[in-house]
Amino acid sequence: MVDFGGWDMPVQYPAGTIEEHLRTRTHAGLFDVSHMGEIDVRGTDAIAFVNKITSNDVTKLVDGQAQYTALTTPQGTVVDDLLVYRLAADHLLLVVNASTTDKDWEWIKSNHAGESVDLNNVSSDYCQLALQGPDAQSILQKLTDLPLDEIKYYHFRHGAVDGVHGIISRTGYTGEDGFEVYAAADRAEQLWNKILEIGNTGTPTGVLPCGLAARNTLRLEAALALYGHEIDETTTLLEANLGWICKLDKGDFIGREALAHQKTEGVKRKLVGFEVTDRGIARDDQDVIVDGERVGKVTSGSPAPFLKKNIGFAYVPVEYANPGQQIHVDVRGKLVAAQIIKTPFYKRTK
Amino acid sequence: MANVPEDLHYSKDHEWVRVDGNQAIIGITDYAQDSLGDVVYVELPKAGEEFAANEPFGSVESVKAVSEVFTPIAGEIVQINESLADEPEKVNSDPYGDGWMIRVKMSNPGEVDSLLTAAEYEDFTKAESE
Repeated sequence: MVDFGGWDMPVQYPAGTIEEHLRTRTHAGLFDVSHMGEIDVRGTDAIAFVNKITSNDVTKLVDGQAQYTALTTPQGTVVDDLLVYRLAADHLLLVVNASTTDKDWEWIKSNHAGESVDLNNVSSDYCQLALQGPDAQSILQKLTDLPLDEIKYYHFRHGAVDGVHGIISRTGYTGEDGFEVYAAADRAEQLWNKILEIGNTGTPTGVLPCGLAARNTLRLEAALALYGHEIDETTTLLEANLGWICKLDKGDFIGREALAHQKTEGVKRKLVGFEVTDRGIARDDQDVIVDGERVGKVTSGSPAPFLKKNIGFAYVPVEYANPGQQIHVDVRGKLVAAQIIKTPFYKRTK
Repeated sequence: MANVPEDLHYSKDHEWVRVDGNQAIIGITDYAQDSLGDVVYVELPKAGEEFAANEPFGSVESVKAVSEVFTPIAGEIVQINESLADEPEKVNSDPYGDGWMIRVKMSNPGEVDSLLTAAEYEDFTKAESE
């Protein structure tokens, strides 16, 4: 177990990270992500308020739809990345990272300037389980009457899972199809055990419980950013290739001016994916070297169990950011060759 | 419970030593491989390199972490387990056999007497995991 934002979390379950990772790609993996924070926003100005503090366009959401977005600073850097769920026109739920929940909560309150909204940090009310992988739908369908095939990607419904009321959302952080279930915190154990049982855990093709290490390798293969690694308060959304969640034309929001300016000027550095071409594994925070110069840093580096490669993300100056660019990574004093490649590293076939 | 063969010598850094004349074969223990998880990469020195006792001779990487490995006894590398380059998982599946790492010519064969016996190592790991 490790301390993760104040939560005791398993790095891996007995099957081990590689098996957990592979099973999620081929069948299903279950993740207890109850540590994620939830902030409830209610009131007639809910949409206007959240649209002011986030970069994506909340007005585009309909009831039952979710959106990936970011809380931005006036500099266009990232306070946190999050999902916004539209429960109703006057009711949004923000799902934020565990380690940043307190910071986000203070940030959101401090930017509340008279809008008609009630803000509540409801993180401890919810548990969140993520069932991910090609078998996720067929497993979860055995526990709910909701027609899951009608829930489109980044949409959700209210319903019961094993008799427990909650939100069932077709979202995830693995690059696979799958669902995230939000329910009352005290039902976590029941849901966890029931999903494992119905999913035939313990059999070679059954669902496996997965820990933080597999969650990290899965999201890295799918080239999804992790707060505190690829994005933080020193990186802008544009540098992080998250221009697609910067809706500069939606009207004013915190950071819009800085991001619009940077878009015109062009970014000086960029987040890129790379593949190690030598033997060796690049790790977080190691230096990236081009022509003998230290030009950037690895933000996440790891073996990719499904691709069977060693991959990573790094920030490099834009002149070195093109696919095919040869780089070196300083792996504990040894220069290991790598090459910038297109992301995502992994994309599921259907 | 981790496997701790009787006939080996052990270090507090979780390496084992098997004496073979004036040479020694070194690897990491079952307890160590279990704590590390799936081994995905093993970096070993080259034959001919010399190491002092307790000096790091390479590293073992799991998906999540990098750990240095130390030679409990001084000596010159005479052979490394080349097969670990392509099959690092042998460290997990057979830590005392196919997962061996290096063979050294001992500078001071008496050094093994200062290492832990199997019983001592077992007590040591019990204390460490409590």
